Amino acid sequence: MTDLTQGIPAQERRAKAAPAAPGFHLCLGYTLFYLGLIVLLPMAALFTKAASLGAPQWWALVTDPRVLASFRVTFGCAAVAALADLGIGLLAAWVLVRYEFPGRRLMDALIDLPIAMPTAVAGITLVTLFVPGGWIGRWLVPLGIHVAFTPLGITLALIFIGLPLMVRSVQPVLQELDPDVEEAAACLGANRWTTFREVLLPQLAPALTTGFTLSFARVIGEYGSVVFIAGNMPYKTEVVPLLIITKLEQYDYAGATALGALSLGVSFGLLLLINVLKRRYAGGEA
Amino acid sequence: MFKKSILSLALALAAVAAQAKTVTLLNVSYDPTRELYGEYNKAFAQYWKAKTGDDVVVKQSHGGSGKQARSVIDGLPADVVTLALAADIDAISDRAHLIPAGWQKKYAHNSTPYTSTIVFLVRKGNPRHIKDWDDLVKPGVGVVTPNPKTSGGARWNYLAAWAYALKQPGGTPESAKAFVAKLYKNVSVLDSGARGATTTFTERGIGDVLIAWENEAYLALKELGPDKVQIVTPSLSILAEPPVAVVEKVAAKNGTSAVAQAYLQYLYSDVGQEIAARNFYRPRLESVAKAHQGQFAAVKLVTIDEAFGGWKKVQAEHFADGGTFDQIYSAGR
Repeated sequence: MTDLTQGIPAQERRAKAAPAAPGFHLCLGYTLFYLGLIVLLPMAALFTKAASLGAPQWWALVTDPRVLASFRVTFGCAAVAALADLGIGLLAAWVLVRYEFPGRRLMDALIDLPIAMPTAVAGITLVTLFVPGGWIGRWLVPLGIHVAFTPLGITLALIFIGLPLMVRSVQPVLQELDPDVEEAAACLGANRWTTFREVLLPQLAPALTTGFTLSFARVIGEYGSVVFIAGNMPYKTEVVPLLIITKLEQYDYAGATALGALSLGVSFGLLLLINVLKRRYAGGEA
Repeated sequence: MFKKSILSLALALAAVAAQAKTVTLLNVSYDPTRELYGEYNKAFAQYWKAKTGDDVVVKQSHGGSGKQARSVIDGLPADVVTLALAADIDAISDRAHLIPAGWQKKYAHNSTPYTSTIVFLVRKGNPRHIKDWDDLVKPGVGVVTPNPKTSGGARWNYLAAWAYALKQPGGTPESAKAFVAKLYKNVSVLDSGARGATTTFTERGIGDVLIAWENEAYLALKELGPDKVQIVTPSLSILAEPPVAVVEKVAAKNGTSAVAQAYLQYLYSDVGQEIAARNFYRPRLESVAKAHQGQFAAVKLVTIDEAFGGWKKVQAEHFADGGTFDQIYSAGR
């Protein structure tokens, strides 16, 4: 058996012997500690406080029409917004990757704007635009399209907030796509639409699903941008985070944490579902 | 020789430093009082400097009254609270035990140095011809009022409407509830605080009428000018008493008890009352009230005690979970 280290220079051997990171156990230990402190501890506190609410109160909370309405508004608008972001995000990523044009780098930077700005600023800006006297509102309201203080306004705010996550999920995958396969498809006689549907979309599917999941998860809990444009009318435009805050204002800590725990449970369930669907249909890894 | 001069210099500096202290107070207040306390804090700092030689810096926090109370309960280190209604200060007293139970007797007039009431703010020319509460329930009238769950002003608004309906010929709690339900049907946005509602009405152009604190309405009139808005005083309104209190536990911990007490007491002085009147709050002091008589409209006022039996009853009946306000919304959808 030849000594396999013979041909390897001394520096490399040293590097293999003494890796830069302190070792598996220490790393794992630190990660678990950090995860526990930042993620698990607050969640445990949430569930413990929520559990202090008795079973009949839990049932009353879950079946309360106002709570159900707020869940409909929150998750409904979040789903619609994430779906819209799917189309808009893919298009934006496509333009950024496939084309060269003046201002491309600027546009690339602008995509990150919704994440960089405080959500309250986003909310105030949107509401100022869409009220009947605003720049866009003054054209839409005479047409009967009310955006401010309606679920449409909430959805718009969520589309705005979720876009960067979608674009950034799809962009790297688009960049890595091998042009040879597309060229082969063209050689074999496929038109542009067929190429897109049969060649590109399957390759993009995992990234699209990841982007959808990220956007959806991000906008479910969105409060700052929604609370200004929503109108906050119970049963119509009240979102779950606002309902939680309203309960807190009434010193109903148990009820508020119960709502939080419920919201967490529903979100987790939905994300799990999306993951399962992704594994089955989009052929991607978790 | 050199050491002696250093020592004497150090002593002199220490003496000078010990002379002028800087005391910091945190005043947790409700939404519309920014301008009032901006002015008042300057006056109080001057007064305190002249009296004791110490500098006072008063930091302000503003927001919906209920929200502010909850922040103080959760640990916001307020030395004094100047909130929109007694129930919110009661909550701080009951839940966090930061204020002793008899707090309202500590200062004159139920610890309320100034009062206000609820009026309407309408667009210039009053295109909807709004004269009184009845006009607010007409179909198609856009009403702007904040959320009673978070805003103190919103609760006064609600109670003023209820009191009006109750005082009508044949008024019963049922008819009052129906009246208030019709009123809230005309509301399209529920802001979290009184100032938020004012912004929605004046800057976003939503609604035909804003139900607001009297001082807030006059402030909006001053800011925007009579060519944009005008005030309509209803026939009946509620005497809104926004009380003040020293958060004794926190002030004791910070060592600011004396300053905090003086801060609130000064609100009752000539200077304090004059500042309140200038900011469109109804002063308690007779002399100042007389001087500013022409400023405030004459309104028939009811108090919360005579019309409703006090805040504790009102909170439990109307604004708690499942109370009348919740019922109005669940019935109306």
